[in-house]
Amino acid sequence: MTASSPDGLRHRRRRRNRRVIVPLTVVSAIVAGTALSGCGQQRDDNVYTVLNSSTDDSYHGWDAATLSRCSKKLGVTIEQQSVPAAQVMTKSLRMASSKSLPDIIQFDGSEMPTFAETGGLKDLEKLGVATDDIPRGILDYGSYKGTYYGAARTVNTLALFYNKDILNKAGLEVPTTWSEMQESAKKLTQGSRYGVALSAGGAEDGVYQFTPFMWSNGGSETDLGSKQVVEALDYWKALLKDGSLSKSTVNWTQADVNDQFMAGNAAMMINGPWQVETLNTKKGLNWGIAQIPVPEAGDDSVGPLGGGMLTIPDIGDTVREKTSARIINCMTSEQEEITYALNSWMIPANQKAADTWRKKVPELSSLADQVATARSRTAKLGAGWSSVSLALQSAFQAALTGQSSESVLKHAQQRVESGN
Amino acid sequence: MSTTTAPAPVAPIVTSTKTPDPLRAKRRRKLAQWGFLAPAVVFMLLFFGYPLVRNVVMSFQDYSPSTFFTGKAPFNGFDNWKNVFQNDLFGKALLQTILFTIGSLIGQFCIGLALAVFFTKRFPLNGVLRSLILLPWLVPMVVSGIVWRRILDQDTGVLNSFLGIFGVGDTPWLTSTSMALVSVVLVNIWIGIPFNMVILYGGLQEVPKELYEAAALDGASAWRTFRSITLPLLKPVITVVLVLGFMSTVKILDLILALTDGGPADSTQTLGTLTYQNSFVSLDFGAGAVVGNILILISAVFAVFYLRANRNEGK
Repeated sequence: MTASSPDGLRHRRRRRNRRVIVPLTVVSAIVAGTALSGCGQQRDDNVYTVLNSSTDDSYHGWDAATLSRCSKKLGVTIEQQSVPAAQVMTKSLRMASSKSLPDIIQFDGSEMPTFAETGGLKDLEKLGVATDDIPRGILDYGSYKGTYYGAARTVNTLALFYNKDILNKAGLEVPTTWSEMQESAKKLTQGSRYGVALSAGGAEDGVYQFTPFMWSNGGSETDLGSKQVVEALDYWKALLKDGSLSKSTVNWTQADVNDQFMAGNAAMMINGPWQVETLNTKKGLNWGIAQIPVPEAGDDSVGPLGGGMLTIPDIGDTVREKTSARIINCMTSEQEEITYALNSWMIPANQKAADTWRKKVPELSSLADQVATARSRTAKLGAGWSSVSLALQSAFQAALTGQSSESVLKHAQQRVESGN
Repeated sequence: MSTTTAPAPVAPIVTSTKTPDPLRAKRRRKLAQWGFLAPAVVFMLLFFGYPLVRNVVMSFQDYSPSTFFTGKAPFNGFDNWKNVFQNDLFGKALLQTILFTIGSLIGQFCIGLALAVFFTKRFPLNGVLRSLILLPWLVPMVVSGIVWRRILDQDTGVLNSFLGIFGVGDTPWLTSTSMALVSVVLVNIWIGIPFNMVILYGGLQEVPKELYEAAALDGASAWRTFRSITLPLLKPVITVVLVLGFMSTVKILDLILALTDGGPADSTQTLGTLTYQNSFVSLDFGAGAVVGNILILISAVFAVFYLRANRNEGK
């Protein structure tokens, strides 16, 4: 036994070795192979994909309903792929490099120019996307360097939300000018309640909220150091100094502002219609909506234009791209826009749809007025918006935490110009 | 016995045809060893080697959104590096990263060590309390960030209402440029305590009890015992805790994004958030790669310390 079994053992061990080595090598080869080849281009003829940021349950559901109606109408299958809003851009870029772009991408308005600049988007008019009944401003919003790349279903902007009960109790009218707003806010600030809430956080949220103050005062994103922009920032500082605005404002996102308003910690707030769904979950909260106050009576209230836009990336297959255009036509048809707008509290892009919508939700008509004068953030700067946005958020945060508006904005403008 | 001897005749037959060549057997054994190593090597090359090299190459390229379409990223020498170094924000972020890391490490380590020593004593509910202290470790970083942001809110936060009872006025935890970094460090200390405590507690279990008995017989004070017995014997563990802590702290990103987004006015920007901002907000991937490389370099230096400390421990 001592003589024979070691040999047998070794023999068995050797066999086992080979039995293990082969699969191990095969497995590592397969892993390497798949990882290197990446996700190749594999498109199903009859299945179309829409990449969007509808990760919220309700939005995902509304989109799914729209897409299934359009699927039926066009005789194709349309699927949606939803990723968080901040990832739409990077995901699309990754998909571009692996040649697996979806058929339709829904970009945020501030991101579309960046993607368009790479040459990766198709001219929608050439593919047959209808532009009838879309107001000039919204067409411009979806255009980059004169070409129409993005079709909006609905648009949105910011407005002044106010707590009707609190204003009534104080016997105050809804403010329409900066000085009225400042006075009302001061009167409404009592105990733990602030007169007004807004987001001055260090991200796009804060910049979005600053634009109506900057623009209504005649300021421009191309000259941050100008008198008009300084005045707008000084107005924010004045609200803070009065105590009408919480110091935490520099740390609040728009959702935080909404939470404070709902909790009764703010009598008024600057926010957008996407908060309405949450606002309505609070029973007994009696809120109203108005245009954002302007510097002087008679000035135009210029808000930022927001909302997603449907784009068709260049996938090098004209037949498919034409079908994608038909899908967009279906998604932006009058009826679909109204349905989506009523669900999401946004404003239909199509003029006829917007008129119908206005009759159905008269309480939101001030939003529609605000949209009529609203401006796109990227109209002047295109892909250059992001560096201005970064410089601006740093600047207003520095001003709100103690520095002079003039010096921080001058510095911000220098930062933009030097490309740092 | 008969059953075991039965297969014996088979073995000689096989060996007679295949074993005369010992070199071949050796080669096969070598092959087997490499076969086992192969998956790990392939994995390392793919998921560590490739991205690392790519990141270094990328920092010398003009890598813009168009690159994803055209595949073209022209080399631009040291342009990205120059841009990053000339930016005021880089110096600020570097300094803040150093302050953040040192502050967090000192806080986490001292409190973790104190708790570890405390829990070596026997007392009722010792086990329960010890597991309760582990809780921060179980909470995802982003969740901690969001919860702490609410707690530290200047007006509606729980912390300020609590401090108000003792007459401490409103503290601008996250809303003042001079205070925000301190607050972020405090939250990170809270998150890091369990890790430090668990590893150090494990190390303390290894210290022989007899030494403490001997010290007690000699009449050594508690402080003297701690300094002359606990600390020296704990040294290898301390090195490991500090180096690992350093590497996870220096690259901080999620916590700061959730707490302050780098603000107010860039007062909590670190190299981690700067990389994120360059790459994913400005879409300047070259500049993002530069800052990322600097972070990797810093971590690599400490990784060497870690490996050396581990090797010494093995001896």
